[in-house]
Amino acid sequence: MLKRSLALVLSIVLVLTLSVGCAGGNGGANEDKTSIAMVTDVGGINDQSFNQSAWEGLQRAEEELGVGISYQESNQEADYKPNMETLLDAGNDLIWGIGFKMGDAIKQAAKQNPEQKYAIIDFAYGKETPENVVGVVFKAEQPSFLVGYIAAKMSKTGKVGFVGGMRGEVIDGFDYGYHAGVKYANSDVEVIRQYAESFTDAAKGKAIANSMYQQGADIVFHAAGGVGDGVIEAAKEQDKWAIGVDRDQNHLAPENVLTSAMKRVDNAVFNIAKDLKEGNFPGGQTVVYGLAEGGVGIAPTSDKHVPEDLLNEVEELKQKIIDGEIAVPYNEDTYNEFLSNNNL
Amino acid sequence: MAKSKFSLKKFFKGKVGFTFISIFIGLIVGAIALLVAGYNPITAYGIIIRGIFGRPKYIAYTILYSTPLILTGLSVAFAFRTGLFNIGAEGQYIIGALVATMVGYFLHLPPVIHVIFVFLLAALAAGLYGGIAGFLKAKFGVHEVIATIMLNWIALYLNNFIVMSEGVRRPESESSYKILDTARIIILEKWKWTDAGRQWLSNHPILQDILKTPANWGFLVALLLAVVVWYILNKTTLGYELRAVGFNKHAAEYGGIAVEKSMVKSMFIAGSLAGAAGALQVMGVTKAVTKLAAMEGYGFDGIAVSLIGSNTAFGSVFAGLLFGALKYGGPKIQSTLGAPSEMIDIVIGTIVFFIAIPKFIKMVLDFRSNKRGDKNVG
Repeated sequence: MLKRSLALVLSIVLVLTLSVGCAGGNGGANEDKTSIAMVTDVGGINDQSFNQSAWEGLQRAEEELGVGISYQESNQEADYKPNMETLLDAGNDLIWGIGFKMGDAIKQAAKQNPEQKYAIIDFAYGKETPENVVGVVFKAEQPSFLVGYIAAKMSKTGKVGFVGGMRGEVIDGFDYGYHAGVKYANSDVEVIRQYAESFTDAAKGKAIANSMYQQGADIVFHAAGGVGDGVIEAAKEQDKWAIGVDRDQNHLAPENVLTSAMKRVDNAVFNIAKDLKEGNFPGGQTVVYGLAEGGVGIAPTSDKHVPEDLLNEVEELKQKIIDGEIAVPYNEDTYNEFLSNNNL
Repeated sequence: MAKSKFSLKKFFKGKVGFTFISIFIGLIVGAIALLVAGYNPITAYGIIIRGIFGRPKYIAYTILYSTPLILTGLSVAFAFRTGLFNIGAEGQYIIGALVATMVGYFLHLPPVIHVIFVFLLAALAAGLYGGIAGFLKAKFGVHEVIATIMLNWIALYLNNFIVMSEGVRRPESESSYKILDTARIIILEKWKWTDAGRQWLSNHPILQDILKTPANWGFLVALLLAVVVWYILNKTTLGYELRAVGFNKHAAEYGGIAVEKSMVKSMFIAGSLAGAAGALQVMGVTKAVTKLAAMEGYGFDGIAVSLIGSNTAFGSVFAGLLFGALKYGGPKIQSTLGAPSEMIDIVIGTIVFFIAIPKFIKMVLDFRSNKRGDKNVG
């Protein structure tokens, strides 16, 4: 028995030593290949939202540009910093922080490692952007305006809903852009607005959407991350319309998701990868993606449910926004201004 | 050899050796899972081990990840030794973190005093919170498992309510304001990023590496509290009474011990330990509390830590370190191999599973030795 136990222990030691030895070559990223990595926020890599979008963008960069890619998921806020350092030690050329929650962590990391390049989605440092950081923000109000227009034109009850995650600059864009789109299409259509005070509570999203449908709304737009899963579920159960956000969410309920206000996080991530590879990394800047840059838009699956002539109208609107004929509001002040300018 | 006091066989039949076997089986099952998923387990474990011990920084991070787990483990272990199952470590942790943030942000006190104040008030609040469950059990016979599960949710939503309220929430975020500098326990937090600090540290590479982490005093406090728990349980009348209640409530009562009081006391101490975990995490790592979408799991992991540590104070320290190491090093297989970090959860789950079914493993071991006609069993 003793010999056996001893043999067991020795073999364990052997295996462990072996594994340490074998792992040697796999630690660092390839030296001559550009490598890009991302840290997800607590939503995780399969969040049906911007984390997933960002990863898709990186995957496209891998395919088309041949860059090395990897990701590190965060389970808690306390994971952001160690995750970034793990990716830093792996020798990545660029590290992405996905989501505004990482604003602090990216800035701190960028200050502590001035040689390393960082980028962040949905966060603008403005004038304080460190030289080695790029902030990427989206004009979320623009696609929201378009889906608001569609919602108002397609509503049979004259009432539509908006479910927001939490008040703040990012969600305000969706909120007021949508309101403006609705009013622009038909100022008689009423918008019911409610905030879930969460980005993850799907049950709450479902409850809010259900109550909106009961109040007579027949189309509900959400800008609330995971909360929206519940909104779409409610639409499915009640056989009403929902409008998705961030990605094309039609696949979640093909018969009930009318369209989606897309933020092309994937395009942004891809473009910056391209810039990086070509040596044009826009460090120290905030890059703004709007309709003109192809950074936002409505989902390609919209033609399934939205009539063609309405889509044509939307195309015209899109051009007007790009040309600056329509200035889409992004917060309460600009919204009021928008209403008075358009006599609504 | 058989006569020597320490034999490997005895070691593997004892509690400690038994735990090692469970950990080993857990690692093997994890390896099989990795293999099935199409990843080389040897490479994966190699990455994890190097990710834990490869650099001084990694070891520091492992310790940082372990600190709250050691304390919640102690909390569960303490309650368990006194016959109570504290599932509420999670909620007590949240309360500890919340109170620490409030005291750390709103009170203005001189440096060291502020830290002590934050720590004591957080532990006290979490202790009282844990005491509620003890009181409910003592007075009304409400089972502590039920009570603490409910209290976990109350703590979570209380946290979210306070974090999101006016004056606490940092604008454009889902977090509270950060605690004041005087309430932090991070070693040389400001100095290490000043020019002088960078200059000095560049000549001391190991220290420089360690100080890249939010290295703090929390681990020492956790060790100290482990000693305190051990002392209370084994060397004091209070501990004797609490343990007596744990062994046999009725016998203890017959022996003249106030059973009801001791339940409240025990839950108070358990709660304050979990609260200490929350306080140290805030003072040393997160500096603020965040709106929680779900339980963060420090308390639930504490149950596993306590179990792996066979509900002893020092066992919790080692189990906490193991857990922290897996939690820190494990996810590294994500970026290097592209393997999902759920694999690590499988390893941890398997370890806990095999420790939780000791009878089964003992049975298998006994069966084997009987079959082989080994006469030195026992």
